[in-house]
Amino acid sequence: MIRYIAALWLTLLAATAQAEIDIQEVTSPGGIDAWLVQEESIPFVAIEILIDGGASLDLPGKRGATNLMMALLEEGSGDLGARAFQEAREALAASYGFDAYDDSVSISAVFLSENRDEAVALLRQALTEPRFDQSALDRVRGQVLSIIRGEAQDPNDIAGTAFDKAAFGDHPYGTSINGTAESVTALTRDDMIAAHRNALVKSRVHVGAAGDISAEELGALIDTLLGDLPEDGPPRPDSVDVALDGSTTVIPFDTPQSVALFGHEGIDRDDEDFFAAYLLNEILGGRGVESRLMREVREKRGLTYGIYTHLVPKDLAALYLGQVASANSTIAQAIEVVRDEWAKLAENGVTAEELQQAKTYLTGAYPLRFDGNAEIAGILVGMQRQGLPADYVVNRNAMVEAVTLEEVNRVASELLDPEGLHFVVVGQPEGLENTDQ
Amino acid sequence: MRLLAAVFACFAVAATAEEVTTYQLDNGMDVVVIEDHRAPVVVHMLWYRAGSADEPVGSSGVAHFLEHLLFKGTDTVESGEFQRVVAENGGSDNAFTSFDYTGYFQRIAADRLPLMMQYEADRMTNLVLTEEDIVTERGVILEERNQRTENSPGALAREQMRAAQYLNHRYGVPIIGWKHEMEELDMEDALSFYDLYYSPNNAILVVAGDVEPAEVLALAEEHYGPIPAEPNLPERIRSQEPPQIAERRLIFEDSRVAQPYLTRSYLAPERDPGAQEEAAALTYLAELLGGSPFTSALGIALQFDSTTAVYSSAYYDGLNLDDGTFGLTVVPAEGVTLQEAEDKMDTAITAFLDAGIDPERMEALRTQLKASEIYARDDVGGLARRYGAALTSGLTVEDVQAWPEILQAVTAEDVLAVAERVLDRDRSVTGWVVPNREVLQ
Repeated sequence: MIRYIAALWLTLLAATAQAEIDIQEVTSPGGIDAWLVQEESIPFVAIEILIDGGASLDLPGKRGATNLMMALLEEGSGDLGARAFQEAREALAASYGFDAYDDSVSISAVFLSENRDEAVALLRQALTEPRFDQSALDRVRGQVLSIIRGEAQDPNDIAGTAFDKAAFGDHPYGTSINGTAESVTALTRDDMIAAHRNALVKSRVHVGAAGDISAEELGALIDTLLGDLPEDGPPRPDSVDVALDGSTTVIPFDTPQSVALFGHEGIDRDDEDFFAAYLLNEILGGRGVESRLMREVREKRGLTYGIYTHLVPKDLAALYLGQVASANSTIAQAIEVVRDEWAKLAENGVTAEELQQAKTYLTGAYPLRFDGNAEIAGILVGMQRQGLPADYVVNRNAMVEAVTLEEVNRVASELLDPEGLHFVVVGQPEGLENTDQ
Repeated sequence: MRLLAAVFACFAVAATAEEVTTYQLDNGMDVVVIEDHRAPVVVHMLWYRAGSADEPVGSSGVAHFLEHLLFKGTDTVESGEFQRVVAENGGSDNAFTSFDYTGYFQRIAADRLPLMMQYEADRMTNLVLTEEDIVTERGVILEERNQRTENSPGALAREQMRAAQYLNHRYGVPIIGWKHEMEELDMEDALSFYDLYYSPNNAILVVAGDVEPAEVLALAEEHYGPIPAEPNLPERIRSQEPPQIAERRLIFEDSRVAQPYLTRSYLAPERDPGAQEEAAALTYLAELLGGSPFTSALGIALQFDSTTAVYSSAYYDGLNLDDGTFGLTVVPAEGVTLQEAEDKMDTAITAFLDAGIDPERMEALRTQLKASEIYARDDVGGLARRYGAALTSGLTVEDVQAWPEILQAVTAEDVLAVAERVLDRDRSVTGWVVPNREVLQ
């Protein structure tokens, strides 16, 4: 029986578009919560599942285990080896995705209405009865090792690795979820079983669904898929302080264009100033060609193809990050502009006009995000993971509108730290000193 | 206004139906309307039948450079104003350049369509550029080339592969341009390309989303209708490839290559109007040879029956005006040389051709292609791109709508026949991508 909590007709009103997003909050007979947008015009459904924990649950010395384990879920389960499993999936024209992130693992599925039961049964088998055959483990390990070798030679990855190390040190956030060549080479089948036991647990599940399925059908489907997972997993790591000191790290690499990552501590998703910070970021570097950094570095000076900044609120730490790439001869100039803009904004704040433009854009663009079943399922599961209520889709634009100029400019002076802005530059930058001790 | 055709496309493929209406304006501009009333959103796309393969000799990259410059001002619109207006209305926009087309699009609330048309029609004919625009934006495209190509050994290797594949056709020149020619692009290069090709009789308007065809047509008449046709628009005749009579091989060496790999390309026919059967068979061939690593011939031979490779794939895209390529890539496993990997790859291809094709595999692919039509209906922007890309590559609306059925009709014999014709080493280019020559010892 479905414990049917609420069906909300949530009408999303914006200045420019109205979208009716009817979110149903469903609790399965087994007690698992899910959100659903039922849309029957195309005969398929998209399901997005997030499970908190993720690669941060890697056990000591087993870095890369969760990532490798998730990659192996499509490599055979139950009585089907890797090839037989994929043949069965292809015959159903279903698609499954399994991914690992710092704070969660994800399971994405798209399948036709006409063979939904078979597609769900096959996915259930992948989640609950993975084989972790040695041959599959060795084959996929080889693929991961190849990726690790590639990252060591890619300027963007080199910069990202160094930045994470500087920010988070020995915390799991400080190293790649792929693991190292050494740690991945040493992983065993038992490590896969342990990672599976720890990462796929019922109490940390969030589910979003959109498409041709009813609340009742979804409830039964969720219990089939997830009902037999263990209840709880091991404790998650502690929060970590961002340890960046505002220096510049130059990593020499023989390539014509230098890549720079920059950032400092950010702001938590549940901080009451988050919306003000979000608007601030839109204006500084979030909204493409309209942002201050894009205007100054690309449009006025032609120094880059793109420069962007992002708020990165992880579960256990928050960063404010940016990236830019410019020829070795001009990267120093681009970095100088970034520092100047950071300082200017911290000191003088944004103008009322800039804030109004950012609000108009964000509120107008929000309804356009609900574009397609997989996108909607992804939004639904993301909202649940962040602890937002279902009526957030209705109230969100009003929350954006409510932010005042004073709030944004207070947050600008508190959040933006021009002195603390840490740069990692990979390339052969001219006229740039390494100040990292 | 001439009403050429009002088509209600209904595929024989089960449960697939997109509503498509087409028109042609008096000035020769084609209009395609795709209805999807699930959300109050519209995608407005303008495609020009002008890409990098239409560029004059010596000005490689000018089509893409001009694409960037179209975001500058016109007689009545300030530089950057169009993008600002799109953003202020909650929309998103961008543009893209390929070998055979340049396209511009906005995705926005459906009631903002007239505003989009007003700006897009304006910049079709009233572009105003300053010398400063040219200098700054040339810096931007050079940094774009740095980012996409110069900083990526894989991209540099692909550029060399194409240059070797095409001796005489412009597909051998990169879309973004050769760096030394990009550095010389000037105002005159950009404007002469603009004046000739940015004309209604060289354009296709695709509007997809929550719209009524008659309203779109009336708006198109109002905004695009008054723009005169370009009388001197040239026919798209490109110098074609001579018969390839010798196998071509190259070694690309770059110290940034982390993982040696090999890639092979064969010249292959594209989808032609009224004749898409060979291209359909090639689409199956790519899947059967190197689609899924678990079920394709190369995947099984190189990753399951032996540990030759960590990655293998096949590639074919038939949407070009002229002959395209069929490609294969193999990344050898640790300890396997490129020569060993290439030999294994060729052995696997021969075995595939000799063994014939399992009817079950054909049927599984048919099922997946059929399902992909259902999934495709969830993405109206993707449907719009499908029409735009086809119509700028010499195909018609009827060809686009016939394609799913043509795919369903492909037989194992068709696939083997086209494989015998295309997979000919004498008509191929093979590239080895390595960090240094020592790995070849």
